[in-house]
Amino acid sequence: MLGRVFGKRAARLEWTDIFVYSLGALIVGVVIVGSIMTIQKGTYGARQWFDLVLFGLTLGSIYSLIALGYTLVYGILRMINFAHSEVFMSGPYAAYYLAISLAASGLVAENPALALLMIIGFAMIVSTLIAITVERLAYRPLRHAPTLVPLITAIGASFVLQYTFRGFFGPAIKVYPEFPILEQKIILGEFQVTSLQIFVIVIAALMMLGLHLFVQYTKVGKAMRAVAEDRETAALMGINVNRIIVTTFALGGALAGAAGVLFILVFNQVTFYMGFYPGVKAFTAAVLGGIGNIPGAMLGGIFLGVIESLGPNLILDGLGIPAPNQLKDALAFVMLVLVLILRPAGILGERLTEKKA
Amino acid sequence: MNARKTLVIVLFAVIALIAAACAPAAPAFTPPTDSVGVVKLAPGDPIHVTWMFVVTGEDGSLGIDERRGVEIAIDDRKGEIAGRKVKLDGQDSGCSAEGGQAAAAKLAADTTIVGVIGSSCSSEMRAGGPALTKAGFTMISPSNTAPDLTDPAKRFPGYFRTAHNDLVQGAVAAKFVLTQLKLKTAATIHDGSPYAQGLAEVFATNFEKDGGKITAKEAVGPNDKDFKPVLTKIAATKPELLFYPIFIGAGSLITQQAKTVPGLEKVELMAADGTFSPDFLKASGKAVVGVYQSSPDLSAFAAGYPDFLKKHQAKYNEKPLSIFHAHGYDALNMLAAAIEKVAVKAPDGTMYIGRQALRDAVQATKDFAGLTGTLTCAANGDCGAPVIAVYKITEENFNKLQTPDKPFWKP
Repeated sequence: MLGRVFGKRAARLEWTDIFVYSLGALIVGVVIVGSIMTIQKGTYGARQWFDLVLFGLTLGSIYSLIALGYTLVYGILRMINFAHSEVFMSGPYAAYYLAISLAASGLVAENPALALLMIIGFAMIVSTLIAITVERLAYRPLRHAPTLVPLITAIGASFVLQYTFRGFFGPAIKVYPEFPILEQKIILGEFQVTSLQIFVIVIAALMMLGLHLFVQYTKVGKAMRAVAEDRETAALMGINVNRIIVTTFALGGALAGAAGVLFILVFNQVTFYMGFYPGVKAFTAAVLGGIGNIPGAMLGGIFLGVIESLGPNLILDGLGIPAPNQLKDALAFVMLVLVLILRPAGILGERLTEKKA
Repeated sequence: MNARKTLVIVLFAVIALIAAACAPAAPAFTPPTDSVGVVKLAPGDPIHVTWMFVVTGEDGSLGIDERRGVEIAIDDRKGEIAGRKVKLDGQDSGCSAEGGQAAAAKLAADTTIVGVIGSSCSSEMRAGGPALTKAGFTMISPSNTAPDLTDPAKRFPGYFRTAHNDLVQGAVAAKFVLTQLKLKTAATIHDGSPYAQGLAEVFATNFEKDGGKITAKEAVGPNDKDFKPVLTKIAATKPELLFYPIFIGAGSLITQQAKTVPGLEKVELMAADGTFSPDFLKASGKAVVGVYQSSPDLSAFAAGYPDFLKKHQAKYNEKPLSIFHAHGYDALNMLAAAIEKVAVKAPDGTMYIGRQALRDAVQATKDFAGLTGTLTCAANGDCGAPVIAVYKITEENFNKLQTPDKPFWKP
């Protein structure tokens, strides 16, 4: 693979190419050397590696769910929906009020599964409504404007949502009630898994499977793919493009709402600002996997989560860098650079045709 | 210039001279000069003092608490300094370097400002200090505790603080762990901010000097959420105690996550004054029970403190949100006393305040009776009367969401 890329470029090798590829080679070299040195040091046993991968998978599957929202919208509108991180925040924020009243009524203690289901369902509904509203108010009127315009309104919509929540509900941290059912520890020999980690990974996997089936095997899914392929032709074929776009935003919103609750179950705290960093990470994940590509977003999210969790301890520790965990974001973005050098369209991305690009 | 114009000017000059000569003989007044600059207040102009605190976001309770201290101090002075009304406003500095820089740039543009009470977080002052000092302001911080801010080589001219220096706090924390808890191994986590990094470093130095062993010195990002990877790394070094002197956002998440990481189930947790707030209890959840915190000893405050608490309750209808309200109160009063010392009034009612003179007056503060104790400014700008104690959060504190009232241990 690498050879082929080099071979093709060799005919017209420019100094920028040389620079970019030697940068890539350098990163690969550092990764390999660092990993070998860490493993030789033997600070960590199998249990620690297992834990790190598990933490990464938990966070990564949440990134994947959010990344799907970016990628779905990009696939259809060729636009980055920067308000998506606020769609992600709004669901669990609203569901917080449901959660505390359910906890007060005793339902969380009596029937935790039902309570969780209600909370996730409510968050998905709220996020979906917010996503549709943003599309209707901020994007649809600008459907035929130059591409930069919706990008700017997206950032504007993001601020409006953030500060609306802040204005209504205040800047303080709100803490979700505890779910004892999710705090069980399952011991598998040397390894240990919590019910929360299993819950997050399973729910995220189910959602992604559901989305895949929906896009591949339903009529609406087919229409979505058609609109993504070519909007005008799809319209000529009798597809109601606006309705498909709304459906896409709704799907992305619902996934973000569910991802939001999973995120809160892991970290317990809601604030009006909580969407920003996961949003940036998920956007990175979508680009990493190949933006516009659904399996790519899933893979990108998991990859990023695992790199963030495992990377500093695996790669940087061996190189003797002190306190490597503060560099986890830097490492994640270096990986993004590496992937984009080797595969400019992302891990699973296809080269865009002239028309799409 | 033609002859007529010259004549008119000469005429005016003569009239002016005669008028001056006929005026009642007043002592000649010369406005003070000052190497940094002079604030000139027309009759009726208020004295403009500002705060620069973090009043929003996760760490907002820290700055709101300080601002309330300043406001009560102004109330106690009946809203006046040196016979002038006080105009108090401020800038949110966000507890970050960027926020501090932005707030300082805005403040520096306003030349009516005499003094700044702030900042909350050491990072804000590290980044915003150059602009404030260049504008000629006198800054008094109620809660900057990073040692390097009053390191003579790095201190900004005109910078003072009523807060303790973390050289004191770190030493107390290390002594507590070694002599009271009798633990010999500890790991530290900081978030790269000057406050956390400085305090973790002082703790580690003192801990190792007195025979303890630091198993890991780790760092995280202030906006991180998932600390399990770094905690896993720390768990591999098997410390008995985790010292994480950071702010509420990251601190509460570390509190929650620490004991869920395999290998750290039995570790003792210790935070510092940056998290001494009901918000920390709220944000951490049940895991916060049993956490130790080093913080100023409220029981060592001066006799006026209970009275202050009554005024606080009456004005804001709640208990103080954090620990630096009294330091804010003292900061404003120290500044006010210095202004009263250097303000010069002209016969026409104009008031002049020399900026360097004001800095010198604050520097000369000696045996000043404050709420936090008797304050004397050392040559490096440390004016605080630091008495640090260690608190332990109990089940009852958590249920009521109140910080502990009484120290668990005093050095």
